[in-house]
Amino acid sequence: MTSWEKWGLILVIPYLLIFVVFVIYPVGYGLWLARHPESYTKLFADPIFFRTLLNTLVFVVVAVNLKMAIALFLSGFFLHTRWWIKALSLVFILPWAVPSIPTILSMRFMLNPEWGVINTLIFKLTGMDGPNWLNDPTLALSLSMLAHIWKSLPFWTLILLAGRMAIPGEQYEAASVDGASNWQKFCFITWPSMRSLFLTSTILSMIWTLGDFNSVYLLTGGGPADLTHVLATLGIRYLRLDQVDLSLASIVVALPLILPLVYYMMKRLSK
Amino acid sequence: MSANAKRRRLTWKMVSTEAKLLLIGIPVFLWTMIPIYHMVLFSISPRNAATSGRLWPKEPTLGNFAFVFQQKHFYLDHFWAQLGNSLLIAISVGALTLAVSTAAAFAISRLKVRGGRTVMNLALFTYFIPAAFLAVPMYKTMGNYGLLNSQWSLILAMVTIASPYCIWVLKQASDKLPWELDEAARMDGATAMQLFRLVYLPLMVPSLVAVGTYALLLAWNEYLYAFLLLSKDSSVTLAVALGNFLAADDSPWELLMTTGLIYALPPAAIYYTFKRYMVSGLTAGAVKS
Repeated sequence: MTSWEKWGLILVIPYLLIFVVFVIYPVGYGLWLARHPESYTKLFADPIFFRTLLNTLVFVVVAVNLKMAIALFLSGFFLHTRWWIKALSLVFILPWAVPSIPTILSMRFMLNPEWGVINTLIFKLTGMDGPNWLNDPTLALSLSMLAHIWKSLPFWTLILLAGRMAIPGEQYEAASVDGASNWQKFCFITWPSMRSLFLTSTILSMIWTLGDFNSVYLLTGGGPADLTHVLATLGIRYLRLDQVDLSLASIVVALPLILPLVYYMMKRLSK
Repeated sequence: MSANAKRRRLTWKMVSTEAKLLLIGIPVFLWTMIPIYHMVLFSISPRNAATSGRLWPKEPTLGNFAFVFQQKHFYLDHFWAQLGNSLLIAISVGALTLAVSTAAAFAISRLKVRGGRTVMNLALFTYFIPAAFLAVPMYKTMGNYGLLNSQWSLILAMVTIASPYCIWVLKQASDKLPWELDEAARMDGATAMQLFRLVYLPLMVPSLVAVGTYALLLAWNEYLYAFLLLSKDSSVTLAVALGNFLAADDSPWELLMTTGLIYALPPAAIYYTFKRYMVSGLTAGAVKS
């Protein structure tokens, strides 16, 4: 072994150590703790679990697609060169740049049924009491999705904006000369060059959204009556109830949902 | 058509374009700012005045900030200690992640260590598994290691979570450096560490800044791992302290929003300072089409 090879080994060892001690061991230990079939029977017998699966699917499908569609649209908006759009783009990135705890808690206070600013305004304008926002499972889950979109929309808009900026301007000029409409330009120039980036972004966003703990936990806490949990928060709920086996089983059950998406991303990136 | 009419039509078209842009821009501005403005409004409003529904408080005050800084509330007893914890943990995670991932990326990309590709794939795999799903196993593991309630548990967990992305971004950047540099260094009889110190590190500065900032912000912003792994009031981070406000119904919201604002300012400042590095690093790293 040359001294260069030796150094290569020495330099990669710290990460390998971390990987073995804090990834391999926890995953192996977690799987070992989740080995009992009874854990799964108990899990499947819990009505909250199926509600959680449904919530997770709705959350991932609706929130991610809505967010990516808006991001695609806004990336076109931010392409315009105006001083105020440049200024707006700096403000627009704020939700991504600040931590989510204070901003989501701020939303939670806005939604407080008695003295939150939203219901105060509703009362001032209409004289009627506003809805009890977070006490209705459908409303509460929808608002969690909005909180999620609020937080991560800037990031994906930025990614798609970078994709749009990589398209050569001559293509649009040539299309203009041929008298193409904006919609035609989008269909025949923008979308074909962005499709693969858009798909990758959507898959990656789905993976990250599956792991979004804060948007649900901090806004609804899983409530009312544990009806707004998603898979990312369910494990913590069981942990708090001291049911570690159920907690780990719920994570194992989530794997068939995550691993295909991860596999897709790995293949895509190692190309 | 006279030239005059043509010009007028042109301006009419321009005005309608501007109007359409404003029609998008104004809702985007409101959507983005309302939760943040709401937080700022709370922090400068006297107690009980924040919920009046006014857009600007009648008597704006900085009293809430004085209250927080003097730790004058039950929830704020450890404010300075918690701020210090957040800072200490974020800086440790940033520094450790930087050291570990720079070394690994150098070994994989420049020294072509055997099995480097496998290590890279393992790291990428960890990066894609959402951290929330590793939280409970990590919690149990830290218990086994006897590290629970020690800040080391949070630091090590965050280094584990931050490293894969950092290694990957650094490897991408490092692969782009010309090979002639390495060959020249080898020919001159340089050791691997000399190449690392004198050639590699100076050329990688922009990526190192991006990656270090990423790890630092990740640790500062973390909530889930922090509340699982730490529990003593004097050893938790500010993020956990903010979450604890929710435990009671009679929480002092204006103080919570003030503390939240103080907590949110450093990452925002860091983000805007290093925006140039962050954006290029993110767009190059997060999604490669």
